[in-house]
Amino acid sequence: MTSADATILPGRSGVFGRLSDIFWRRPALLLILMLTPPLLWLGIIYVGSLIALLLQSFFSIDDFSGLINYEFTLATYRQLLIPTNFDIIMRTVTMAIAVTLASAVIAFPIAYYAARYAQGKWKAVFYLGIMLPLWSSYLVKVYAWKLILAKEGILTWGFGKLGLGWLLDAILALPVIGGNSLSISYIGTFLVFVYVWLPYMILPTQAALERVPSNLIEASADLGARPGQTFRNVLFPLALPGIVAGSIFTFSLTLGDYIIPQIIGSSRLFIGQAVYAQQGTAGNVPLAAAFSVVPIVIMGIYLTIAKRMGAFDAL
Amino acid sequence: MTAAVEFSKVSRHFGEVKAVDGVDLKIAPGEFFAMLGPSGSGKTTCLRLIAGFEQPTSGHIEIFGETAEGVPPYRRQVNTVFQDYALFPHLNILDNVAYGLMVKGVDKKERYELAEGALDLVKLPGYGNRKPGQLSGGQRQRVALARALVNKPKVLLLDEPLGALDLKLREQMQEELKSLQRSLGITFVFVTHDQGEALSMADRVAVFNNGKIVQAGTPAEIYNQPRTRFVADFVGSSNVLAPAGAKKLGGEEKWASLRPEAIRLAESGVSATVTSKSFLGSATRLHVKAQDITLSVMVPAGTRVPEPGETIHLAWQPSDLHYMEGEA
Repeated sequence: MTSADATILPGRSGVFGRLSDIFWRRPALLLILMLTPPLLWLGIIYVGSLIALLLQSFFSIDDFSGLINYEFTLATYRQLLIPTNFDIIMRTVTMAIAVTLASAVIAFPIAYYAARYAQGKWKAVFYLGIMLPLWSSYLVKVYAWKLILAKEGILTWGFGKLGLGWLLDAILALPVIGGNSLSISYIGTFLVFVYVWLPYMILPTQAALERVPSNLIEASADLGARPGQTFRNVLFPLALPGIVAGSIFTFSLTLGDYIIPQIIGSSRLFIGQAVYAQQGTAGNVPLAAAFSVVPIVIMGIYLTIAKRMGAFDAL
Repeated sequence: MTAAVEFSKVSRHFGEVKAVDGVDLKIAPGEFFAMLGPSGSGKTTCLRLIAGFEQPTSGHIEIFGETAEGVPPYRRQVNTVFQDYALFPHLNILDNVAYGLMVKGVDKKERYELAEGALDLVKLPGYGNRKPGQLSGGQRQRVALARALVNKPKVLLLDEPLGALDLKLREQMQEELKSLQRSLGITFVFVTHDQGEALSMADRVAVFNNGKIVQAGTPAEIYNQPRTRFVADFVGSSNVLAPAGAKKLGGEEKWASLRPEAIRLAESGVSATVTSKSFLGSATRLHVKAQDITLSVMVPAGTRVPEPGETIHLAWQPSDLHYMEGEA
């Protein structure tokens, strides 16, 4: 009998041939091989350093010598609650909430268009449009915004040309969020945050909307729901996991960022800047660690609330 | 009497494609109306025109005497049972059924009572707390039906609702749908590509092809007097004879249809050779060749079934040869 007639073909020769047979018989082996390197990376380097960070936050610093006192204490956390530090936390969280809400509102129509209407070439244009800003350096973009928002910048010029200079002045005259120019106001920081993180909100929202079958939208209309009711009762709940996924990005990225508020904004600190200052110039690693724990705790609380509200039910 | 649904010269074109092409249609109130046709024949687009998901390119549609063009789906007293049910995955069964009442502002207590009632009607009492994902295909189908019926629609549209069910369940649902329609008296418009389903359930059937209605009539009319060769071919498994063949078999030189069950095995008559046979249970289907013409013949159970290769004689009543138009 020649091999051409055989029902069962002989094993392939060579290392890869034999390996294929082994992996076919023991799929677990392949799984272990594939998962070990990333798990080691995650387990040791990532989780390990996170634990090291947590431990640091329970130490304190000796005010006179500036040396770290390796004894368990909650004193560092208590320090977070003094007004200057607590203000930093509140300012950052408020900014993160505002940025997340604005991103969600702006991202939804764009994602909806891409998921429901864009086809073929236009879908490619959409992805390119969303991804293109991510290809250029983040610093370049932020400095570009500084030029746009500066007092002598293009935005002021544009408002002036349109005869809307008074509007810009009125916006800048707003208490707290206003300022001397957009580039040194909270509004400026907010605008740049929204711009920089928007793609991270659009993409998951679009993915979630794409998974909503169009006949559910039709069924809702068929049962008598006006478009607004269909949005509230069907589209939004089903897109919510995507929006929550996007908000995790925008929220946590804003909580941790220290470059944007440094370049664009008033001199008032955000958490990221506080961490940078504490562990660098001030050399207060425990306080820096405690500050770093704040975003982690806030994200934990946020995800718990989102889960309670059923944001992940439609997954 | 005003028709439940009336189409006058309705067309729906998608670019070059004429999905629906000049359809005239009248569905009486309380009628069980089936739209039958192969896929792409325009039957589903017609249904979507009634539901309001599509707008006609030209022509006029009336639902109970009121103009339907430009009226959005949510303002029509018409409900649809979708092909794949389209239940809301994030809502439980009771909320799914109560959805139509909820968006119309019926208060919670009343809408849940009505929804429970609708679930009873489709024989799914007590299933309200489950999620659609936990139900079988047949149960989901019933929920979709309850969700539509709870709104007391003037017209209920069913888009291949039994397509995804297995044979046994499908037959059971056919019976239930029919008796439900009788007891509720609602106009049902049913889209299917299954001719057996259309013939057994509907009061009237419209056969679609290429965006047009080829023939509309009672199931018996459609089955016994197909107007064209296409209808004879599509409805049932008739022997469609070309004019030359009809003449050879002793008829006029016209397109003709001859039902397999109308052909008898006889002592004398047209002689033919059996080429193959298949056992169907209640009968055996023979494929025979009579002077180059392939015919299918039904031999009822209890009679001797000739073997392939055997020469047999066939006979039928001249009136069983039904003449029709040759358009495909």
